[in-house]
Amino acid sequence: MRYIPTIGIECHVQLCTKTKLFSEVDNDARGKEPNSCVSPVDYALPGMLPRLNGTAVKFAILAGRAMNCEINAYSRFDRKHYFYPDSPKGYQITQFYQPIIGAGYVELPSGNKIRIEHAHLEGDAGKLTHFDNYSLVDLNRVDTPLIEIVSMPDIHSAKEAHDYCKELWRLMCYAGVTNGDLYNGNMRFDVNTSLAPEGSKTLGTRTEIKNLNSFRSVERAAEYEIARQTKVLEAGEKVIQQTLGWSDATGKTSPQRSKEVAADYRYMPEPDLPPIRLSSEFIEAESAKLPLMPNNYRALFHEIIKPDTLEVLLDYPELMHKLNEINKEYVKSISNLFTSVLLAEEKSAEYLNDLPAAKDLEELAEMNAKKELSSTAAKEVFLRLFDPQMKGRGAKTIAKELGLIQENDLGALEEIVDAVLAKPETQKAQDDFRNGEEKVIGFLVGQVMKESHGKANPSAVQEILRKKLA
Amino acid sequence: MKIANKKVTAERLVKDALEKAKHFADYNIFTFLDEEGAIKRAREIDEKIARGEDVGRLAGVPYALKDNFLSENGETTASAHILEGFKSPVTATAVEKLEAEGAIMIGRTNLDAFAHGSSTENSYYGPTLNAFDKGRVAGGSSGGSAVAVALDIVEFATGTDTGGSIRQPASFNGIYGFKPTYGTVSRYGVVAMASSLDCIGFFTKTPEDMNLLMEVASGQDPKDMTTLPDFYNADATKKNSATRIGVIKDFDNEAVDANIREALKAKCKILKEKGFEIVELDMPTLKYALAAYYIIQPAEVASNLSRHDGVRYGFRSDDSSNLENLYENTRNEGFMSENKRRIMIGNFVLSSGFYDAYFLKAAKARTLIVKEYEEAFKKCDYILTPVSPNLAFKLGEKVNDPVAMYLEDLMSVSLNLAGVPGLAIPAGMSGEGLPVGLQIVGPRRSDRQLIEFAKELA
Repeated sequence: MRYIPTIGIECHVQLCTKTKLFSEVDNDARGKEPNSCVSPVDYALPGMLPRLNGTAVKFAILAGRAMNCEINAYSRFDRKHYFYPDSPKGYQITQFYQPIIGAGYVELPSGNKIRIEHAHLEGDAGKLTHFDNYSLVDLNRVDTPLIEIVSMPDIHSAKEAHDYCKELWRLMCYAGVTNGDLYNGNMRFDVNTSLAPEGSKTLGTRTEIKNLNSFRSVERAAEYEIARQTKVLEAGEKVIQQTLGWSDATGKTSPQRSKEVAADYRYMPEPDLPPIRLSSEFIEAESAKLPLMPNNYRALFHEIIKPDTLEVLLDYPELMHKLNEINKEYVKSISNLFTSVLLAEEKSAEYLNDLPAAKDLEELAEMNAKKELSSTAAKEVFLRLFDPQMKGRGAKTIAKELGLIQENDLGALEEIVDAVLAKPETQKAQDDFRNGEEKVIGFLVGQVMKESHGKANPSAVQEILRKKLA
Repeated sequence: MKIANKKVTAERLVKDALEKAKHFADYNIFTFLDEEGAIKRAREIDEKIARGEDVGRLAGVPYALKDNFLSENGETTASAHILEGFKSPVTATAVEKLEAEGAIMIGRTNLDAFAHGSSTENSYYGPTLNAFDKGRVAGGSSGGSAVAVALDIVEFATGTDTGGSIRQPASFNGIYGFKPTYGTVSRYGVVAMASSLDCIGFFTKTPEDMNLLMEVASGQDPKDMTTLPDFYNADATKKNSATRIGVIKDFDNEAVDANIREALKAKCKILKEKGFEIVELDMPTLKYALAAYYIIQPAEVASNLSRHDGVRYGFRSDDSSNLENLYENTRNEGFMSENKRRIMIGNFVLSSGFYDAYFLKAAKARTLIVKEYEEAFKKCDYILTPVSPNLAFKLGEKVNDPVAMYLEDLMSVSLNLAGVPGLAIPAGMSGEGLPVGLQIVGPRRSDRQLIEFAKELA
């Protein structure tokens, strides 16, 4: 019997707001002392009350719109109760009953649409580090704003799970709501997998793999889990509904805690926060701040940039926005420089934050088109455009200063060619060529290039040489 | 309350208050007396007056702070074992406002632990005694604050009212106690009981003092998102123009002490003579108020008390060898039995499978009660009702009967569910020499006019 996997994914996105979701403490704890970004509100002193961060609400609107979701005019917060030292209040403030983001969908590069059930705002938990006989609590992460995105079970392969997570990551980065740093847990995925016999109308028993933080581990874990469940079913056994952890090192999932006795979170409306009421004008005004999204760029550039290259470039919203500023006729050559030069550079991350002006790139592309630069020279000039010393001077000026402009003046070139042909050391090569040895033309072109200090256009030189030696 | 006229110094007032507090020590009013701090602050006020500086509307006025208000002076215990030793690094907005006007806190007052109770007998520090009869309860949960004012130790005291915790002890001790419209005074820095019901208010000896305190304490606080824009001070020129006073039919029955019913009738008679019209009100939904209250309130209590886990502050059990022990033993030893009862009820009504049957139904009843008040206020301007069904009862009389104790809240909780203001007013004495109290209830945001109206009944 063939089994069809069905996968639904929950994704937690940490929002890059300046302050936390419910207090005015710094939300960016990277490189800071444990428990140094904690206010009495986060610390849950008695009598402390949450204050909703307005930017987080605006980010939720952007994130929702990025996923083609309805934004609910009315939403509110609930308390989700559990006892653990990572939760100082004894509850998490989340949106259980009426979330801010309603139904929508994410369209994958394949064209498949994965429906979004809803997404909601909530506060993150603290972090525990366990040692042999004690544990340390760091509350820096408490109430970092999160958006939890819940997909419908529309995914049917590990590869598609990977693609969904990656597209989601792109959407959130384009929307500008997260730093998108997966290594530091800015996006975390929970993958729910079940198998059902082909043609079955009902879904099988599902397992949930918690807390995956890379696209690759999502794909590997889903692949492993599909294979594991297939084996279980083929052996005539039943899949047990449970929460699993994934180890990148062993490449295996393993049970965490049994879900048979489901935790009772005792949800309750959060009485300290009034409901969020959004006017349609406000929602529209905020949504309008969304830039062009990956799918817009796919539509714009699919005829200009090869699909593989385009998918690579789409990981960098800054590059796409820049390409969009550039005259269409130069997009291809600039996009090549982006992929072959910029992304290969050691300092590419730094460069991405401070791209050259569109007109400088266009000037470079124009010189390229006119063959005024050799391909090596073009790369050289391109990189100089990022140089703080050279920045803003324009591609042409930089090329001139560096003496990189190609010699295209035929009269001038002929003179150089004549000079080279007059040299005794080239006589043998000339004879060989006349006797049909094609490849020596390369040697002669090289001699001319040398004579011109690299400025001659090699194809023009070859043409002249062939004429003279005919 | 102004002392800027220099007839008396702040230091003298504060010293007198501290002396009286010590004189009445056997009433068990205070959990903490700040002798040194209070005298120091009084001297600062006197020096400012001497220099001719502005000292604020409450300059030098000694007051008592219910021990569930956070302030950097002394420990904030909420009379609960589990908060023993807790020194707050922050101060409640209400306290900041009072002190900015020069009021001087001389001590913190006893309450039922976490304000759970109607007699102050649930305090970790033992009960506070009634100002008029040491064999009787002070009422609660703000018993210490009520008795501190009733015995004239301080000019005023703060309170919190979740289901009657200001109004009932005020009426048991013959003074004024005000529960404002929900959201009038910031809850920031006040140990939460049930957040959607909690109101910050005061005990005073006159409606005029109450008005002054409300002028000082009211207003929107960015730290409390449930606070309303400052309508209280915006209403400064809006006069009370009430002509129709409602009385609730249902409350005139055998279950209500005869003294209270007579006092109510006597007040109605006075009002009629003054030209007010008395309107009989049928409010059939109010009988569900107590049931709804004892679902919503414990649910929020259970949630709010989750943070007391022995991990970060307050009491921690000696037997905390692992996480489960730490939680179980700390909470078991640190909470009073009434706290635990409410935590259990609250968690029960919120548990999955019961939420719809209890919490959701109670929330719907609450909406109906809100509507019933709105309807009532179309027929009258204010409502005059009992605060509780009885006068101050004997110590120990209801301690072992939680339901009898909950019935104390019968006539007070509907105001908290509806968010409307209520002022407990003195209404004479019983034959036994116990104070009789009544309450006047107004529509939301009628607080200022309601307090003014109380002068008609003084």
